[in-house]
Parts: sequence; structure tokens; C-alpha cells
Amino acid sequence: MHELGVVFHVIKIVEEVAAENQLTEVESVTLELGEVSGVIESYLQNCWKWAVRKRSEILKDASLKIEMIPAVTYCEDCRKIYGTMEHGKICPHCGSDNTYLQRGNEFQIKEISAC
Amino acid sequence: MKEFKVIEVKRSILEDNDADAEKLRQELKEEGTFLLNLMSSPGAGKTTMLKRTISMLADEMKIGVMEADIDSDVDAQAITEAGARSIQLHTGGMCHLDASMTRQGLLEFGAGDFDLVVLENVGNLVCPAEFDTGACRNVMILSVPEGDDKPLKYPLMFSVCDLVLINKIDVLPYFDFDMDKCRQYIYRRNPKAKIIPISAKDGEGFMEWTQWLREEVAAWTNS
Repeated sequence: MHELGVVFHVIKIVEEVAAENQLTEVESVTLELGEVSGVIESYLQNCWKWAVRKRSEILKDASLKIEMIPAVTYCEDCRKIYGTMEHGKICPHCGSDNTYLQRGNEFQIKEISAC
Repeated sequence: MKEFKVIEVKRSILEDNDADAEKLRQELKEEGTFLLNLMSSPGAGKTTMLKRTISMLADEMKIGVMEADIDSDVDAQAITEAGARSIQLHTGGMCHLDASMTRQGLLEFGAGDFDLVVLENVGNLVCPAEFDTGACRNVMILSVPEGDDKPLKYPLMFSVCDLVLINKIDVLPYFDFDMDKCRQYIYRRNPKAKIIPISAKDGEGFMEWTQWLREEVAAWTNS
């Protein structure tokens, strides 16, 4: 939904990192995104292509790599874990809704390749 | 041949926005301005709610409205008549506001002159919930025709709100809206949320809502 806003924030952070490390050209940026972070990869790639050319000198040829992190939910009642994408909020083992997302909501920049 | 090297970053994408939002809150505190982030689906009754709220509080405090919706929901004329000033923010078609856009709007508006600024966020229950605007409190309007199961469908929105106004209770008899169930769904996501049922049309619940707002503004601007 808000891929363009996300891309602007990524560009800003990478430019800061580049300035701190005296880098002049970024080849690629790797993001770690959780499965349920709400970001759609293909939209993100489209926004990225447009935004880096328009907005950034050092990032203009940089590619965007995305590592998806599977979403896992923990059930407090039966103390088991399960895949959030398949079962959502309700635990498939015991039927409880007393569950919380353990991982899968990540939204971070892992690394960049630059010189 | 260029020698590229890998540099570990490990920073949250929203980290700069979160830091910026925190800074904005500090600035607002120093200026003595209370910023309210108001979120809802389109058509939940923001304009009617704001008009009534402003007319009840305009004698006590200076109120401004920052309108950010893509297709403006709040009628600037209606806001002015009710006793507040308003400004249209340009979001460039964005689905949400972030802290830097909010700051820019506040600067243009001259926010230091106001006791209370209402930021009318983009009409959408998904994206605005992800980005901290720097507001002092988050309020959302859920209207009866939207259904009592909205908190289950948009959990993040309900978990970031300090207060949920359930609007259009005057039409409750015509809808299968279960108020108790709705409260339960909201509390499941956000045990700390305050819930006030209102009718922006006939004023029910407005004593409680304006009292909440009055106390929040006073606590923010006096401390």
C-alpha cells in the first residue's frame, strides 16, 4: 500500500550510511521484509526503479534485493508455533486466539553493496 | 573494475521516521501546541464530528485543522464557519502522512499560534497506522455502518489509537452492529484504548469526548 513512502525512507537511510562511510556508488541494497509486513515486492521494485533515478545520485543504478522472512505465530495457550500465512490469528493446534506474531513483521535494511 | 564491498546496515526502515516523530513531539511540547492525529475510513463522519467539536471548544482554545486527505473530506468553509482555521496539505497522492510531511504542514500553517491542531490523515485504515506522524495522541473514528468487525480486519489501526470514537450511533437500530462485541474486538487489540460512542449528527457523547480532548490539551500544554 505505501511502497513509495517506504522507498523514500530507504533512500534516505542509505544515503546517510553512504555519507558516513564515504561511499560514492551503491550497487545494491538488501532489505529484510517479513511476510506480513504489508509490503508487496513487485510494487516496491517498481517504486524503487522510479525513485532512485529521480531522487538519488549515488543510488541511481542500485538494484533492490529482498529477503522475505516467513511469518510465525506463537500460541500462549498450547505453547506451539505455526505458520501465520496459513492459519492467521487462530491456533490450528488448539483453536485458541490467544496468540501473537513471533516474527514476520520485519521491515529493515540488512546491508548494502557499495564503493 | 569497481570493487564493491558489503556493508552491514541493520536499520529499521521506519527508524528515521520514528526519530523524526519523536523530535516533532518535543518541538510541539515546547511550543505548547497539541497535535491530534485523526484517522478513519472515508465517510466515517470526520467533517460533521469536527464541526461540532470546534463549535463546542472554539471559545476556550485556538483550533486549527490540517486537511491531508487526497480528495478533501473536510469542507474548509464549514470548518471556518465553525470557528477554526484550516489548511490543505499536499500529500502528492501518498497514502499516508509521515513525520516530515506533518512538520512541513505545521510550519506553513504557523502551528505555534494554536492550542490544538487536528491533523486529518488520509482516509484509509492501513497505511496511516504504520507511520508515526509526531502527533501527541491518535484518535480514530469508526462509524456504525462500517460494521462491528472492523477491529478484526484492521488490527494495527486499532492498536495504535489512544481513543476510538464510534460514530453514527443514531442509526444503530438499522444496523446489525453489536456494540459489546465491537468493544471486545477493540480491547483484544488494544486493552488501553478508550472508547466513546458518539453521534456527530445529534451530539450524543460529545460531552465526554470534548472533556477528554480538553483534559489532554491541558495536560500537554501546561506541563
